[in-house]
Amino acid sequence: MTDWPILSVTTFLPLVGAVFILLTRGDPAMVACNARNVALWTSLITFVVSLLIWANFESASAEFQFVERADWLPAFNISYHMGVDGISLFFVLLATLLTPLCILASWEAIETRVKEYMIAFLVLETLMVGMFCALDLVVFYMFFEGVLLPMFLIIGVWGGARRVYAAFKFFLYTLLGSVLMLIAILAMYYDAGTTDIPVLMRHGFHPSWQIWLWLAFFASFAVKVPMWPVHTWLPDAHVEAPTAGSVILAGVLLKMGGYGFLRFSLPLFPEASATFAPLVFALSIVAIIYTSLVALAQEDMKKLIAYSSVAHMGFVTIGIFVVNKQGIEGAIVQMLSHGVVSAALFLCVGVVYDRMHSRLIDSYGGLVYRMPVYAFTFLVFILASIGMPGTSGFVGEFLALVGAYKYNSWIASLAATGVILGAAYSLWLYRRVIYGKLEKEKLKDILDMNWREITVFAPLILVTIWMGVYPASFLTPMHASVDKLIRDYEKARAASAEPGDTPVVRLARLIGGGDQR
Amino acid sequence: MYQAIVFLPLIGAIVAGFFGRAIGDRGAQLVTCGCMVLSALLGIVALYQVGILGHNRTIELMTWIESGTLELSWALRFDTLTAVMVFVVSFCSTWIHIYSVGYMSHDSSIPRFMAYLSLFTFFMLMLVTADNFVQLFFGWEGVGLASYLLIGFWYDKPSANAAAIKAFIVNRVGDFGFALGIFATYMVFDSVNFDAVFQAVPGKAGTQIVFLGTGYDAMTVMCLLLFVGAMGKSAQLGLHTWLPDAMEGPTPVSALIHAATMVTAGVFMVCRLSPMFEYAPTALAVVTVVGASTAFFAATIGLVQNDIKRVIAYSTCSQLGYMFFAAGLSAYSAAIFHLMTHAFFKALLFLSAGSVIHAMSDEQDMRKMGGIWRQIPVTYAMMWIGSLALAGIPFFAGYYSKDLILEVAFAANTGVGTYAFWLGTAAAFLTAFYSWRLLFMTFHGTPRADEHVMAHVHESPKIMTVPLMVLAVGAVVSGYIGYESFAGHNMAQFWRDAILVLPAHNTIEAAHHVPLWVKLLPVVVAVAGIALAYYFYIVEPSIPGRIVAMHEPLYKFLLNKWYFDELYDWMFVRSAKWLGRGLWKGGDGYIIDGFGPDGLSAATLVLARRAGRLQSGYVYHYAFAMMIGVVILVTWYLWRGHG
Repeated sequence: MTDWPILSVTTFLPLVGAVFILLTRGDPAMVACNARNVALWTSLITFVVSLLIWANFESASAEFQFVERADWLPAFNISYHMGVDGISLFFVLLATLLTPLCILASWEAIETRVKEYMIAFLVLETLMVGMFCALDLVVFYMFFEGVLLPMFLIIGVWGGARRVYAAFKFFLYTLLGSVLMLIAILAMYYDAGTTDIPVLMRHGFHPSWQIWLWLAFFASFAVKVPMWPVHTWLPDAHVEAPTAGSVILAGVLLKMGGYGFLRFSLPLFPEASATFAPLVFALSIVAIIYTSLVALAQEDMKKLIAYSSVAHMGFVTIGIFVVNKQGIEGAIVQMLSHGVVSAALFLCVGVVYDRMHSRLIDSYGGLVYRMPVYAFTFLVFILASIGMPGTSGFVGEFLALVGAYKYNSWIASLAATGVILGAAYSLWLYRRVIYGKLEKEKLKDILDMNWREITVFAPLILVTIWMGVYPASFLTPMHASVDKLIRDYEKARAASAEPGDTPVVRLARLIGGGDQR
Repeated sequence: MYQAIVFLPLIGAIVAGFFGRAIGDRGAQLVTCGCMVLSALLGIVALYQVGILGHNRTIELMTWIESGTLELSWALRFDTLTAVMVFVVSFCSTWIHIYSVGYMSHDSSIPRFMAYLSLFTFFMLMLVTADNFVQLFFGWEGVGLASYLLIGFWYDKPSANAAAIKAFIVNRVGDFGFALGIFATYMVFDSVNFDAVFQAVPGKAGTQIVFLGTGYDAMTVMCLLLFVGAMGKSAQLGLHTWLPDAMEGPTPVSALIHAATMVTAGVFMVCRLSPMFEYAPTALAVVTVVGASTAFFAATIGLVQNDIKRVIAYSTCSQLGYMFFAAGLSAYSAAIFHLMTHAFFKALLFLSAGSVIHAMSDEQDMRKMGGIWRQIPVTYAMMWIGSLALAGIPFFAGYYSKDLILEVAFAANTGVGTYAFWLGTAAAFLTAFYSWRLLFMTFHGTPRADEHVMAHVHESPKIMTVPLMVLAVGAVVSGYIGYESFAGHNMAQFWRDAILVLPAHNTIEAAHHVPLWVKLLPVVVAVAGIALAYYFYIVEPSIPGRIVAMHEPLYKFLLNKWYFDELYDWMFVRSAKWLGRGLWKGGDGYIIDGFGPDGLSAATLVLARRAGRLQSGYVYHYAFAMMIGVVILVTWYLWRGHG
């Protein structure tokens, strides 16, 4: 534990850097250079500070730690309340790890409006970290929705040809969820008289309320995950976003949905979560099989990886809603792993995109001859993506599937087919890009990764292997918080559910008034 | 010491793989071979310590995954079964490393090849030393990866790339079953560590679990699911299609991975899990039937193949079938015995084939060989030894292990046992026939290669022939030396608790008391097979052509490998691609986007145009949705209030 507000420092340090960049004036080339350096160093310092959170984190405790609280709108009982537990800790670290790598990856790729670009990334970091630390619903909502703004700009300003369509689609999808979630927050405030998350966790909403609140939150989180069938914004957004935008999108933004389920849906609406779990499983299984098949048919590398993200996140939603230890811990590890691995895969695409300005699989082939280092790096992440044991991907998928199997063997069996399909589309992608004869004239003088690029990938490879070989470093801080989550969930369920209820009966009863309690 | 056996190959792989350019070809060869020689020497010490002196041990390295009651570690477990496997793997791997120095000497990426070989060995050793299901799975996937990398080693060859992916994905289908088996095991035993599970098995025998909505016998479900994994890795009927294609890889790879070690992992798994399979008689029966069917099926295909390596590949597939039905009849030590002798003689056959291919300027088609035995006498002799051992001619290694298995099948005195006995005997006849067909077509008759190739035919250098001779010694003596420990008087003392055989299933004991004709039959059919091959390919070489002409459909059926590839391609590959495309364009594009965002935006644009508010589109949409939200909220509030 520390006696200085470490979470606020982590959250707002990037913003300080952003202000600093904003104030620089002068020769455009100098400004761009300064902006890059300031952004890199700010985000690196932020990362180091965030490591202190991990170092000082008390693994045995299930409580929120490094808690900060300040009155904000006392008249409305809303306060600036921050804290992390074993569930949110690593998401903070994921955000602070990926931001400097993104900035480094954009070093040469971004040539226009460098200053604004760096500001957008630093603001984005503040919002992401703040969202994972927030312990007040209103504060959370502001960060949660705020994240979309810089993301819009990054896609809309520095994106590809169809960036407006992509940004618009992204907007339409998230809009509906956001509005519903806001209404739900108002309703919760109306019922509980507070927006303080730890207080709300003890509040115990009436089961008939839970149904609607859960659905409203679900509308928002399901789009972020994204779950089938509200996933179609993702491939377009990824394709149009600049590399670093894709990295943050896949690496952190998709985790907002999963995190939301863990932080809100399960603890606040346990009854409704149990009722709707079958729906979540059905959507997740469809997502895994459907998007894996769709990924097989892709011709664009970024689209393929985007579809694979949807499939991988299917394991996450299954793991969360089976609500057992392996399931939830598997879901968290899977999210962290996917955050690193899919981010790295998008960076891999970025490496060749920067050289050839094409994302089409057909424009490559035989790269291994000119780019052995790249081929190795790409292979590591392809393998992690298909869940090779010894990489992070395996631990997450394995635990999530163990949890799923405990719940129901159908779910695990159907979901596990995704592991076969995943190997098919990933290895096929790798074969078409890396292997084969080097025949295309344009590729014949392509250069292997330079030191800057290697520096970007080295930490990601390290984390991937570390999480795969010794995941205990990551699992140990989670145990207490996950235990508490499950314990509270089961306590709440035991208090209200009558044994022998099928979900359908329960749903019917809840919608029809739910006052038999 | 035990750690060194496993991790020396990894060190070799890392050094050769990452610093290959710095240390050069020679350096990479020295490092990897050096590490392997050390590892193999220590492996022999381990076999002595564990197998002979009886010092079992388990070395915990560190925690791996720990979540709730799921706790497992990286650990090296050494009992007799592991020690035998470690010996076989490190011994064969070492000689194949050395052979590769010669075989791959003209290749442009030697360090990479050596690194992959060593990496494979590391994963294989992790597999056999696992003390829990998940580490077994780690090694399992790891060898699959190494196999993928090595099959596709020549990555400018499209057929090699395709074969590499096929191998990986067919294995994934098996792994799907394996993974579900692990989950089921964890469900029932609340642990995935071998010791804990094995101790609890007798108590759980006969219990039911629900799998896919129906209740089944728990042990049967678990064992069958795990066996699906074994079928994939060991190329058993149905999941065998990848193995012949895997011959696209360099020949040392075929010898090491697709003959001596990796493909036997499935057999190892069944034997390792003998304490579970023993309590699942239905699963054992399935193992027996699958094994026996594969032994016969693969042998029939081996009869007509023309690629020298593919003949041996189908032979491997067939021999793995023998190992499986031995295990299925509870003769686990016989299965491992055959695994060991097979490792020697099959590696020998493959490496000899490699030597032939080397001599014939990379020609693999036997129809373009012939009449070369005088030019490459050492290779020719080695091929003979390998074939004699494979056919089970007395006093060669295969004689001891294969005859034992057939005797076990007869002695089991069950329906599946009898099935296995007759199919196994038929396969033994076919084996002898195709082996000598290979010998005669390759080495005898009139030369069918062009003069240019024939002028270049030369014996391989010492660095290739010495490993052949060493393996040949193994192919001759390993049966005689091993017999007492694997199936004779020293059995109990040698194996101790490494495998479990229930007293009622003691088929090896029964095998010693079978009638004389059963003991003689395998040798008789083998000699008959050789004689027939001699008649067909030396005395009257026109006969095969005439038979083919008479039975064209049957020949086509066998030549095309019972049409498995065509069937799978149509059922899975094409349909998956077709579905993927359909779901993408139809599902995502037409339905979801059409009715979702695109449709909505088109509709709102129409609305907006009507309202004459096109300019402020975004704000308008927001307000519109907000209004809908408010309406819903109010409606709901009123409805709640009155209801």
